[in-house]
Amino acid sequence: MTKDTSKVNPLENEAIYIIREVAAQFEKPVLLFSGGKDSITLVRLAQKAFYPAKIPFPLMHIDTGHNFPETIAFRDRLVKELGLELIVRNVQDSIDEGKVKEESGRYSSRNSLQTTTLLDAIEEFKFDACIGGARRDEEKARAKERIFSVRDDFGQWDEKNQRPELFDMLNGQIHLGQNVRVFPISNWTELDVWSYIEREHIEIPSIYFAHTRETFLRDGLIWSSDDEVVYRDENEVVEERLVRFRTVGDMSCTAAVLSDAADIASVVQEIRESTISERGARIDDKRSEAAMEKRKQQGYF
Amino acid sequence: MEVLKIATAGSVDDGKSTLIGRILYDTKSLTSDKLEAIEKTSKQKGYDYLDFSLATDGLVAEREQGITIDVAHIYFSTQTKSYIIADTPGHVEYTRNMVTGASTSQAAIILIDARKGVIEQTNRHFFINNLLRVKEVIVAINKMDLVDFSEDIYNKIKADFEILMQKRDYQDQNITFIPVSALKGDNVVHKSKNTPWYKGQTLLEHFELLDTEDVYNVGTPRFPVQYVIRPKTEEFHDFRGYAGKVYGGELSVGDEVVALPSQTKSKIKEIYLYDQSYQTASRRSSVTITLEDDINVSRGDMLVKVDDLPTIDKQFTATISWMDSQNLVTGNKYVLQHGVNKVLAKVDVIHHKIHPDYSGIEEHISALGMNDIASVTFKLNKSIFFDPFKNHRTNGSFILIDSQSNNTVGAGFIQ
Ligand SMILES: Nc1nc2c(ncn2[C@@H]2O[C@H](COP(=O)(O)OP(=O)(O)O)[C@@H](O)[C@H]2O)c(=O)[nH]1
Ligand SMILES: [Mg+2]
Repeated sequence: MTKDTSKVNPLENEAIYIIREVAAQFEKPVLLFSGGKDSITLVRLAQKAFYPAKIPFPLMHIDTGHNFPETIAFRDRLVKELGLELIVRNVQDSIDEGKVKEESGRYSSRNSLQTTTLLDAIEEFKFDACIGGARRDEEKARAKERIFSVRDDFGQWDEKNQRPELFDMLNGQIHLGQNVRVFPISNWTELDVWSYIEREHIEIPSIYFAHTRETFLRDGLIWSSDDEVVYRDENEVVEERLVRFRTVGDMSCTAAVLSDAADIASVVQEIRESTISERGARIDDKRSEAAMEKRKQQGYF
Repeated sequence: MEVLKIATAGSVDDGKSTLIGRILYDTKSLTSDKLEAIEKTSKQKGYDYLDFSLATDGLVAEREQGITIDVAHIYFSTQTKSYIIADTPGHVEYTRNMVTGASTSQAAIILIDARKGVIEQTNRHFFINNLLRVKEVIVAINKMDLVDFSEDIYNKIKADFEILMQKRDYQDQNITFIPVSALKGDNVVHKSKNTPWYKGQTLLEHFELLDTEDVYNVGTPRFPVQYVIRPKTEEFHDFRGYAGKVYGGELSVGDEVVALPSQTKSKIKEIYLYDQSYQTASRRSSVTITLEDDINVSRGDMLVKVDDLPTIDKQFTATISWMDSQNLVTGNKYVLQHGVNKVLAKVDVIHHKIHPDYSGIEEHISALGMNDIASVTFKLNKSIFFDPFKNHRTNGSFILIDSQSNNTVGAGFIQ
């Protein structure tokens, strides 16, 4: 028997506490699962929170249809191995139903279309709490986010009128129709997540590690060449490069980085030495300085 | 890795955001894309220096108005610690944000503009950090570059602050003075050549040498039950675990405990964190505890050691910080959340308002408005199990929730 728990990561203690509060305070929570490293970390934390019982809520993936195939394969395997319940809702369906319109052209992406599909799914299942893997260090509008963040009937975030959060106490009281977005790893940095994945031997999709890939350059960033999904000009030449992904979103908005980090230890080392932020490789934030704040107001993750 | 949470306090324009930006810059925590964005925007605004406050002011309205409206959390780490700094707004009307920031921090930086010295706002910032019993306080005397790094001015401000310190009732607070220039970087991360008369540490050196265990207020162990774990699987058929976080002190296997409110006694059988079992659950760890006996314990109940009972009562007096635009009036009812426990509370008596600048109290009060601090007696529909805030920062605090709006409308510290 190990002696005491004092060496346990304080951030892990905090996250487990938050996840347990969700299970206790809400009727129908759900864990928003993207297949990325942050949501995979959340799954591990949720397992820890309720062991030896199963995670008492389902996972939900809002599938844009533009995900990396590796991510989807990984998702399905994880869910099966852990015996979890997975709900999938497709952006393609929202497009087919005419609820959202597909973007076209050079910077087109389905990333912002996810919001409609997400809000519809929340309404369909009457979810009252959605656990997400957003971190405050990712982006400066996210730095303002509460741990329990209330969304109105339209899923919107009222950033100037947020509830104060004192000590450890989380106020999850809401009106019918409202829901709360919960961010258990709010206080983690990118490096904290990677170090945790290393320490806990958590499996993650292969695209986070160095591999050769058909890519092309645009605006100084490296894009995966998949002509079905990612728009490409004729003069943008495809070349094979040794790359990995630091963050995993849609193929159309997630750029790769040149890297030979083939295992978790080298990835952690690379992040430690990195001089560019994680979201520097996401075109969705570069659209404008206030891009994230705007999307969050409308109900984005 | 150790984590230290630090709150900043200071009036508008004292340089809080600039100081945080400076720390990020000097510790090389700003990534090149963030730095580029700061350079670009600084230039657009026509500045001949880098405006580091752009690193923290994240909302559109904040950048437009050049002020911090809401708390932002900033992260960086060194070889020894992870830091979380809360950049809090400095306007008078934002007292509630300061109380909030201080409640989750173990350390605070109070900024003073060297040209202005100790002002009424400084009293408030100190008062709140004292009320919330923040263990480590740094008084950063900023903009020293604008007063020629004058030792006399620094000493005068320090002496004025020391007069203020005599009024505090939390005497164990550690207070350290540092002359800095957030804009130019003096004594923030690097020692300044401009202050040869200052022999102390830089701001970061000070934090680096702090033992994070010391900055948490120690008390007696309290284990509020968050969630009851009943797997009902074949392997764990009879498993009944109490999930929660340990506060104040540690709990070990074999400890004799009492479950509140039932007052049933038992012994700790096992302590789990995930699939590992432990001998001792340390302070602040999220664990699952099983007991020797099959007793009835549910969410909101509390496990404590037999010889260390908290006060169990349906009535108490607390200092409260009011945070809502609707007044608190005698007779009003609120949901009172004490840790993970919720009860109904009625405002019995408002004793007096406390001026948060040490200028005294105001009696015969019938209502409290936004940002007021007051001494109030509450009556509850059910007993809670509490300690005075001065003995237990967690088990002595609560929040008030308006059952109409569901908003968190106040915070309280039990006397
Ligand atoms: N000369 C000088 N100016 C400073 C210093 N610190 C902050 N400032 C300036 O004071 C103004 C207000 O700073 P800011 O960080 O926004 O203050 P806040 O309201 O406390 O966050 C800005 O114009 C800063 O450039 C300093 O040490 N020296
Ligand atoms: Mg500011």
